[in-house]
Amino acid sequence: MTPIPEATERRRLNIFRILKQFGPLLFLIVLMAVFTALKPSFIDPINVFNILRQISITGLIALGMTFVILTAGIDLSVGSLLALCGMVAAIVAKGGAASSLSLSATEGAGFGWFAALLAALAVGSIAGGVQGVAITRLKVPPFVVTLGGLTIFRGLTLTLSSGGPISGFDADWRWFGTGLIGPVPVPVVIFAVAAVLCHIVLRYTRYGRAVYAVGGNAEAARLSGLRVDRILISVYVIVGFFAGLASFVLAARLNSAEAVAGMGYELTVISAVVIGGTSLFGGIGSVGGTVVGAALIGVLQNGLQFNNVSSYTQSIVIGLILIIAVAFDRWLKSRARS
Amino acid sequence: MAATATVIQSASPLLEVSGVSKLFSGITALDNVSLDVRAGEILGLLGENGAGKSTLLKILSGAQPPSSGRITFNGSDYRPASPDAAKRAGIVTIYQELSLIPSLSIAENIFIGRAPTGHFGLVDWGKMRREAGEIVARVGLIIEPDTPVSALSVAEQQLVEIARALSLKSRLIIMDEPTSALTETEVRQLLSIMDNLRNEGVAVMFVTHRLEEASTICDRMTVLRDGRLAGHLYREGRPIPIPQIIEKMVGRAASELYERPAKRELPGAVRLSVKGLRTTRDPDAPHAIVLDGVDLDLKAGEILGVAGLVGSGRTELARAIFGADQIAAGTITLDGKPIHPTSPADAIEYGIGLVPEDRKHQAIFAMLGILQNFSVATLDTFSNRLGFMNESRERSALADYKSALSIRMASPEQPIEGLSGGNQQKVILARWLARNPKVLIVDEPTRGVDVGAKAEVHQILVQLAARGIAVMVISSELPEVLAVSDRIVTMRQGRITGEMSGNDATEEKLMALMALDQRQREA
Repeated sequence: MTPIPEATERRRLNIFRILKQFGPLLFLIVLMAVFTALKPSFIDPINVFNILRQISITGLIALGMTFVILTAGIDLSVGSLLALCGMVAAIVAKGGAASSLSLSATEGAGFGWFAALLAALAVGSIAGGVQGVAITRLKVPPFVVTLGGLTIFRGLTLTLSSGGPISGFDADWRWFGTGLIGPVPVPVVIFAVAAVLCHIVLRYTRYGRAVYAVGGNAEAARLSGLRVDRILISVYVIVGFFAGLASFVLAARLNSAEAVAGMGYELTVISAVVIGGTSLFGGIGSVGGTVVGAALIGVLQNGLQFNNVSSYTQSIVIGLILIIAVAFDRWLKSRARS
Repeated sequence: MAATATVIQSASPLLEVSGVSKLFSGITALDNVSLDVRAGEILGLLGENGAGKSTLLKILSGAQPPSSGRITFNGSDYRPASPDAAKRAGIVTIYQELSLIPSLSIAENIFIGRAPTGHFGLVDWGKMRREAGEIVARVGLIIEPDTPVSALSVAEQQLVEIARALSLKSRLIIMDEPTSALTETEVRQLLSIMDNLRNEGVAVMFVTHRLEEASTICDRMTVLRDGRLAGHLYREGRPIPIPQIIEKMVGRAASELYERPAKRELPGAVRLSVKGLRTTRDPDAPHAIVLDGVDLDLKAGEILGVAGLVGSGRTELARAIFGADQIAAGTITLDGKPIHPTSPADAIEYGIGLVPEDRKHQAIFAMLGILQNFSVATLDTFSNRLGFMNESRERSALADYKSALSIRMASPEQPIEGLSGGNQQKVILARWLARNPKVLIVDEPTRGVDVGAKAEVHQILVQLAARGIAVMVISSELPEVLAVSDRIVTMRQGRITGEMSGNDATEEKLMALMALDQRQREA
C-alpha cells in the first residue's frame, strides 16, 4: 500500500486521456499499418480511394446519425429510408415507374437529376421529420418509432417499384457516383464536404450547443429555455436528409435504384458512430470520431477482403471490434476516474 | 438486548481507523485520518463537501482501498475487496441514491441474492414474506412486504434499506446523508429508528450536512476538514452545540454564517404579481401537489422567501410561474402586463429565470464543460445572426462571473461534474445572471452546498436584489430563509398560509404556519 509517486500518476492519467480522445484514430493507423505490412499494395492511392468511396455512402448517413445519437436517440430506419429516397428519385428522374423496364438512359422523358436530388432530399427530410414528431409528440421511444419506420419505408419502396429496380440514368447523375474531381472520387468529395459542414455546425454554432445540451440532460435543457422537441425533431430531419443524399449518390454509382438497397445499413452506420466514440446515452461525441469510425469499418472490410478473408468472417470481426471499442472506452473512463 | 449492549460497549471500539490516507491522481483526498466507532453508539461524520467524507465512506464500504493506514473491525484487520465483502464482514453503507430495485417487492429486495429456499431449492415465498414482514416492522414500517418498492416514498425506501442491513446482521450501518430527501416528520421517524438501533447495540455512522439533526442524535462527532481530521466532539449531557460543530467544520466562528446581510434599499414597485394561481392534477401523478389558489406579489429589488415543507407546493409554485407546469386558472402579471408562459422558453423570454431544486437532474449537464453549462440559456446572446457562437465573448463573460462570484474552477473546458456543489451552483447562477433576468426564482439555493459556500451563495442573492432583480428564494432550511429574505410567505397544501417581514419572522412562527392547519394553530 505504498502511495504512488505523484508524477507517475499524473503522466499515466494523461496517457489515458490521450487514448480516450485519439484511441479510435490510433487503432485506425495501427490497422492500416498491419494491412500494409501484410500486403504493401493496400496503401496504394487507388485502394485508399476505393476504401473512401466505399465508406462515403454509409459515412454520409453516419454524419446525420451522429446528431441523432448525440441527443440519446437512434434511427433504425435509415437503410429503408435510403431505398425509398432512391426509388422516388429514380421515378422523378425517369418520369414514372413505368419506364423502369427500359435499361437505357431515357434523356428528356423525366425531370432530370436535379429534380431527382431534390426529391430524394425532400423525402428523406420529411420522413425523418414525421418520425421526429412521432417521437416527441406521441412520446414513443425512438427505437420503436424508427423500427416501425424501417419496415414502413421498405414496404413503401417495394410498393412503389413493384419489387424491381429502376435502372439506367443519365450521365450527369451517374457522375455523382462514378466521377472524379482530380484523382478524388466525387462521393468522397461529397462526404468530406458534408463532414466538414457537420463538424462546423456541431462545434461552432448555437444549434450544435443545443444538440449537446439536449442529449446531455433533456430536462435541464428544457428548464434552460431550449425548445427540446424542436431540436429532437430537427436531428431526425437531418439524418433523413443524409439518407436522401446517400441514396442519390448510391443510385448514381450503381446506375440503379434498388428496392433492396441499404439493407442492414443502419447497423454499419450506428457502428461507425459508436466506434467513433459517440455515447449512446447522448451528450458526448463528435463528427471527427464518426469519420474515424466509418473509416475504421471501411479499412477493416477492405483489408480483410484484400487478404481473402470471407465476408462472413468480416462481419464477425466488425461485430467484435464494435464491442471491444465500447468496452475499451468504458475501461479508459473508469481508469481516468479512479 | 440492553445487556449485550453493555457488554459490547465496555469492549474496545468496533471499528478503528488509524492514520488512513488516500491519494487520487496525486491529490491527497484523505490525509492521516483516525477515528473509531463503538457498538451501541451513533457517530456523526461531518465536514464540508470535499472534506473527505465520501472518500472515507468509499474506503469503509469496500469500494476503494486506502493508499495507506490501517483499519480494524471487530478486532481483526479490515480490508474488504468489494462492497459485497464489506457487507459480509458486517458493514453496510446506505447511500443517498438508494440501491433498491424499484420493480421488485420489499421482501424480494431484502432477500435479494439470498432468498430462503424450501423443497427442490425453490424459493419459499411464504417464509420470505413472513421474515421480511418481521424485519420491516423492526424499523417501524407497517406495510405489506409484497408491495413493490416503486410504490414507496423515499423515506420508506430508506427504511427498507435499513431493514435489509439489519437482516444481514450488520454490526455497523453507515448512512450517507439519509435525511436530505425527507420531510420533517420522516426525519423524526428516522432519527428514532437510529435511536432504536443504538439501543440494540448496532453502531451507526451518520454522515450529514444537517447540523440540527446531527446535534440532536449523535453521541459523538468526528469532523473532517480538507481531508484531515478537524477534531472530535462529545455529547456531555446536552446535545453538541451547533456553533461548535460549524466552527470545527469551517475553521471559523459560526456567527459569520447565516448572518443577515446588511440592511438594504427598500424594494421598488411590484414586479411579478400572481393571482388565484391553480394547477390541475396530473392523471399520471395523482399524488403530486396542486396549487390551490395562490396570491403573491414580488417587488423589484426584494428577496421574497417561500417557506414550506416538502409537499407544500413551493416548488410547484416556482414551476407554474416558470411555465414548466400547466396552469389551470389564475393570472400572472409582470410589470403590470399579463403574461401567459406556457413553456420555460416563454418564461425566459419574459425575463424570468429559475434555478431548480434538483441540480443534478434539472440544472447541470454533467459531462459538458463549464462554458457550455454557463451559456446554455444565453446561446442567442453569444451567437451572431447566422447562429455561430462568439466564443471569445462567451469566455470573457464567464471569466467575469468567475471572479464576481468567486467560482473556483480550473478551466472553462473542465466538466462541471468535477466542481463542488457550491461552485456548480454558482455556475448555474451565472447562467441566469448572463440573461439579466427581471425575476429570478431560486429553489433550494444551497442544497448540497457546503457550509462555507452557503454564505457566499446568500451574498450573491443579496447582490442580485440590490441590482433590482426580484428574487424569490424557496428553501426547506428555515435559517436560510430567515437569513436572506426581506419578506417571507409560508405555504402549506398548495396555499399561502401566512406572510411576515424578514425582521419579524422566527423559526417558530414560520414552522407553525408551515406545519399546522389553522385549527391546530388556534388550539
